[in-house]
Amino acid sequence: MNLNEYKDIYVFCEVKDGKVHDASLELLGEAARLVNGRPQLEYKVVGVLIGNHSDDVAAHVGWYGADKVVFLRNENIKHYSTEIFTSLFTEMIESDKPDIVLIPATVMGRDLAPRIAARCDTGLTADATKLELNPEDADSSLLYVTRPAFGGNLFGTIINETKRPQMTTIRPGVMEMLHKDEHRSLEIDKREVSIDHINDPVRILEVMHKDHMAVDITKADIIVSGGRGIGDNFHVLQECADMMGAVVGASRGAVDKGYIAKDHQVGQTGKTVKPKVYIACGISGAVQHLAGMEKSDYIIAINKDPEAAIFGVANIGLVGDALEILPLLTQEIKRYRERPY
Amino acid sequence: MNILVLLKQVPDTTEMKIDKETGTLIRAGVPTITNPDDLAGLEAALRLKDSMGAKVTCITMGPPQAKNMMRELYAMGADEAIVLSDMKFSGADTWATSNTLAALIRTLEFDLIIAGRQAIDGDTAQVGPQTAEKLGLPQITYVDDIIAVKEGKIIVKKALESTYEIVEAPLPCVITTLSTLASPRYMHVKGISHAFERDIKIMTFDDIQIDQSIIGLKGSPTKVKKTFTKEVHKNSDILHLDGKAAARKVFDIMVDFKFIGK
Repeated sequence: MNLNEYKDIYVFCEVKDGKVHDASLELLGEAARLVNGRPQLEYKVVGVLIGNHSDDVAAHVGWYGADKVVFLRNENIKHYSTEIFTSLFTEMIESDKPDIVLIPATVMGRDLAPRIAARCDTGLTADATKLELNPEDADSSLLYVTRPAFGGNLFGTIINETKRPQMTTIRPGVMEMLHKDEHRSLEIDKREVSIDHINDPVRILEVMHKDHMAVDITKADIIVSGGRGIGDNFHVLQECADMMGAVVGASRGAVDKGYIAKDHQVGQTGKTVKPKVYIACGISGAVQHLAGMEKSDYIIAINKDPEAAIFGVANIGLVGDALEILPLLTQEIKRYRERPY
Repeated sequence: MNILVLLKQVPDTTEMKIDKETGTLIRAGVPTITNPDDLAGLEAALRLKDSMGAKVTCITMGPPQAKNMMRELYAMGADEAIVLSDMKFSGADTWATSNTLAALIRTLEFDLIIAGRQAIDGDTAQVGPQTAEKLGLPQITYVDDIIAVKEGKIIVKKALESTYEIVEAPLPCVITTLSTLASPRYMHVKGISHAFERDIKIMTFDDIQIDQSIIGLKGSPTKVKKTFTKEVHKNSDILHLDGKAAARKVFDIMVDFKFIGK
């Protein structure tokens, strides 16, 4: 394998409901940052689109940092398929020879990326939280990928010196999206591709919306989050959250115990959140939880244990019982709302 | 029906602590457990065994002490246990691990392979799909429920970010399971007493047909350059207030942020 033949950074653009997923836009921004930081490589940021999308979607990719879009288009690709996407992406890798391939660590990305990496027999690093080009050699395109392991207790920096492309999935919500710029120049490389040679025996029979779909904790300004200590009392958090226009989050412990649905989980194996205010109630502060919320603008921690690790990341810590304090807070807000004007 | 379940013995990461002096991970005394997503996979296999009859074979790769985990899995109802264990396999990344697992699986009879979605030590979610790819099998990841297995097909409920999909795949295939799929059953008394008499097959490098250049640390394309722990610290005020004063404090902060009031 001649590693020097490989160049550019390719970003898989996941499309959902006719829109490029934020997680992919974040990767375009990160790829642009890497490329601009090392202009001597003369690398491009290339977005990869697969499906029967309109040209508007391709243009959108350019606004957020791509220099070029490779658009693998076929009218009959109406939704994601592991086998079709793996085959088309792998064929594109063989012809285009990208040096670096970034894929968002969404459910789709985590289904697709390992398949592609195994088919190309290259290395794949999962769920990265930081990317950097070899800091010891300014002419190198060797990607240093940092990711948490052991539930966020340890971080590792991973490299792939022998195989290309260098592939990694990146956690949604970690990288910064560029500001939208509709005047960036963009080359669109549209390829009408055949899928006649690809057989995907997996069929989607039905799509069901989750009942609690309205809850997207990653977009909330305020999160009231509970740990195992809250027990069956998550309704207390919900009532308080409703008063403030907040959403309810939870630690892994609370989710594992079945007190609240997995969609609410914040942390290493849950979601990464950056709200304006994060109120941690009865959360001890395991490293894997902190990994998902430490970037919040302002953290309020309520815990009975003055030694709880959560106080280490909090802006303000209140030693006490969240189940006593929260109903009082709910009442306080209610009283305020009902005050005579 | 032959079901293969892939499992991993992992440290209980919720019990891990960091040595504040040295900034390293304290591993001593951290209990090992069977990875939660994998246990749900085994439970799913055992339920299929209960409902339609199946032979359930548990497979793991790891150090010889993985045998202890296998005894527990026997006690839950597994029919056979295979431990892939050899120094030549160790230090493998997910690609090399999948090569090794696939080499073993090619020698076995199976209709369905169940792997946990991801292990709590690495959290990569890569070994299931990569093993499927090496075996040339279709996959369904993030399986939250098995709805039916019939007429050579499996129908499952797959959990995505904001939707569920009901998905059908022909057998043989690979599915990866979420811990929410099923709570694992307890070991039963008869199972426990028999577990110690049961044979746990240890398979080494010499027992499987595989090129040494694609396994273990040496065969792994990805290498760990360095590891470190991270200090997270903000200067926090820690206040001991009564309930009412504490509620008032939070209220005032929310007013400052203009989430309450005008």
